[in-house]
Amino acid sequence: MDRFGFSISKGRQIDYDANSRHIAEFISEREPSFRVCIECGCCSATCTTGNFTSFSLRELQILMKRGENEKVRENIKKCMLCGKCTLVCPRGVNTRNVVTLARQAFQKFPANAV
Amino acid sequence: MKIEGKKAIWKDYQKEIAEDKFYYVRSCVRQNFFPGSETAFLRIMRDVLKKDVFENPCHTTCTGIGYHGDIVPVETTMTVVARQFALMTESGYENLLPSCITSFGLYTEILDTWHHFPEVEEKIRKQLRKATGREFKVPKNLAHASDVIYKFRKEISAKAKYRLINKNTGEPLKVVDHIGCHYAKMFPSKGVGGAEYPYVLAGMVEEWGGQVIDYPERRHCCGFGFRQYLIQANRGFSIACSKEKFESMKPYKPDMIITNCPGCPMFLDRWQYVINEMEGKTYGADGEGIPVFTYEEVAGLVLGFDPWDLGLQMHQTDCEPLLRKIGIEYDPEAKYVLNGVNTNVNASTYLEVR
Amino acid sequence: MNKHVVVIGGGVAGMEAAGQLRKTGFEVSLFEKEEKPGGHLNKWYKLFPDRRPSSEVKEYLDNITSGEGIKIITGKTIEKIVQNKNQFHISDKEGSEYTADAVIVATGFDLFKSARKEEYGYGIYDNVITSADLEEMFRKGSITLVNGRTPETIGIVHCVGSRDEKMGNLYCSKLCCVTAVKQAIEIREHLPSAKVFCFYMDMRMGGAYYEELYREAQEEWGVNFIRGKVSEVSESINNRLVIKSEDTLAGKPLKMLVDMLVLMAGMEMSEEGLKLGDSSGLKRGDNRFFSPADHHFGSNKSNLKGIYYAGTCTMPMNITETISHARAAVMDVIEYLKES
Repeated sequence: MDRFGFSISKGRQIDYDANSRHIAEFISEREPSFRVCIECGCCSATCTTGNFTSFSLRELQILMKRGENEKVRENIKKCMLCGKCTLVCPRGVNTRNVVTLARQAFQKFPANAV
Repeated sequence: MKIEGKKAIWKDYQKEIAEDKFYYVRSCVRQNFFPGSETAFLRIMRDVLKKDVFENPCHTTCTGIGYHGDIVPVETTMTVVARQFALMTESGYENLLPSCITSFGLYTEILDTWHHFPEVEEKIRKQLRKATGREFKVPKNLAHASDVIYKFRKEISAKAKYRLINKNTGEPLKVVDHIGCHYAKMFPSKGVGGAEYPYVLAGMVEEWGGQVIDYPERRHCCGFGFRQYLIQANRGFSIACSKEKFESMKPYKPDMIITNCPGCPMFLDRWQYVINEMEGKTYGADGEGIPVFTYEEVAGLVLGFDPWDLGLQMHQTDCEPLLRKIGIEYDPEAKYVLNGVNTNVNASTYLEVR
Repeated sequence: MNKHVVVIGGGVAGMEAAGQLRKTGFEVSLFEKEEKPGGHLNKWYKLFPDRRPSSEVKEYLDNITSGEGIKIITGKTIEKIVQNKNQFHISDKEGSEYTADAVIVATGFDLFKSARKEEYGYGIYDNVITSADLEEMFRKGSITLVNGRTPETIGIVHCVGSRDEKMGNLYCSKLCCVTAVKQAIEIREHLPSAKVFCFYMDMRMGGAYYEELYREAQEEWGVNFIRGKVSEVSESINNRLVIKSEDTLAGKPLKMLVDMLVLMAGMEMSEEGLKLGDSSGLKRGDNRFFSPADHHFGSNKSNLKGIYYAGTCTMPMNITETISHARAAVMDVIEYLKES
């Protein structure tokens, strides 16, 4: 506000109960391997997109699970669907499908459409 | 919530607080923020409790603000503090009684450092000798002024004119206690009740008839910080801290807030006004603000001191609704009258009621 | 005349050692401070990783320790061992004395006293419980809040009292991670609609079928894992628990409301072990557990010949390891008594 020369900062805390996890639930129902990710980062390390942009599939997966969907919505289209992440995942997560389902989910809930 | 669990913790954190013969050191900022508080403290100690409290006019800042603002190096701070100790030694006192929480934290930190690193103490002694020719003894007892009021809370209660009770309902007032971060977070064993469940203010509130509220953001800092608020561009983060606390305490419908730090009452008081101006939000019942007090002000009110002698006219969040709730007799017209002259030329804007 | 061996502590290690000693032909006296032997096993419901009822292990131990040749003396706390030539004089709290040709110390562990982690409010907030309290609920067959209602959201905190410099415990208690996973699954078995969140620093699933159990918890039971230790708990106006943690993998602080919080209390040297050790001249390590003569090939040997260790009085161990360790202690006793 001009009168004060500053405005009240917004919190950056994940408010788990205020967030909605409908995107993560949509993926989890259709691709159960989504649940067994242990956040090792193999997918992001090998990712072509991740090496040139701020795209991190590891991060986006956890953000969806916490209901922090905004950053996912902004970034999920960057994936080129090459499939290398799926190839390297030690837990056998079908990461490529996670990405396609995430895109579907965002389309399905128009408020979040990508 | 099981109070027995808290009582067990409180038992573990009982500190030694001197009985009498105190060497009182004032805060740098309190005399501007809430100038009535330290005066009220001395009046309570000397006139009500009949204690010997000495003040030395040569006392200076402890440099806490500069130290925490990364302006003053720690060695300089220690040497300045060593000089304060020397002044106390020269005055013939041993029980150091700081008014400021950050001073208290800093003195505690320095004494602990010297305890673990005696060579540092030796070095500081040499530096002080070289600079001023002074010698000092470390304090025999170090207690914050709120510790002392806590210690004598029963004596104050025995002489009380009012209690922290809603006159109309007979119910205890719901009180939020807010502890300055530097009171016990750095050295939990040096605080009455420890750091997670401090008892220093809660003990006063209980003794004087009120009921303490334990709300989720109780342990959160008020957001004062040092450079954080001093720089205008950073104030958004400072105010957000206070706001988080207000949002968290609001459902409990608190009647008042009691504090023991120089900065906290200032910011919890002023930010309510700013939040109201910016977002139109208030946090007390009936759209009012939640009045914020120092513990000396609360002790003074309980003892029947005149609210305007306590400096309540310096608060931006209006205290008068609370005075009426308790049933305190006071003259609203005398609010800005000083030596018979009404000084209310440009009074600060009060928190608007919406 | 048969040699007489005293075993101090009637938990898993002590019972196994007593049973094996008897098999080899020694006379055994087994001392237990509680009214019945079994130790922590008596309080547990099911065991990881296969969720076998703890009563089955108890039954096995009861079988190998019943009958002639083993005297089980319960309700006695041993406080001191004094060696006099080849004889050990053992005295209890009441001052009674017993003699033995060799001693096995199996004083076990105490669960970390969770109230010491003040920020979690155990003993203050109504629905903060420990892993042991939860086992008790499993045994009773009902997981309920203090107000009698059924919890919908349950948090589990790993590493309570372990890997914690402030609590004086630098070590990992090793079993709490897998206990958390086991209990998370069991909560979901008991309460199919409950949501469970495990807050961990590292998942230390280093045991046979532990990692598989972790995966099962995620895949089949939908247990959520959040990497970040809970740093503060408070109570909301609706009597729910507000927990603060960082989601270190999302890189953000996280706030969550849960109905119940389960603290995975770590393992500490038992108080009886401390007293007995200090009065008898047994060496202890920085972690306060008994310090074996050699970590690789003398893990049962104490600094005093004729006194041997079995089980968790030397370090955190699971039941399988404890039983193996107890058997190994018996080997040492056999060798010692042969020599003397």
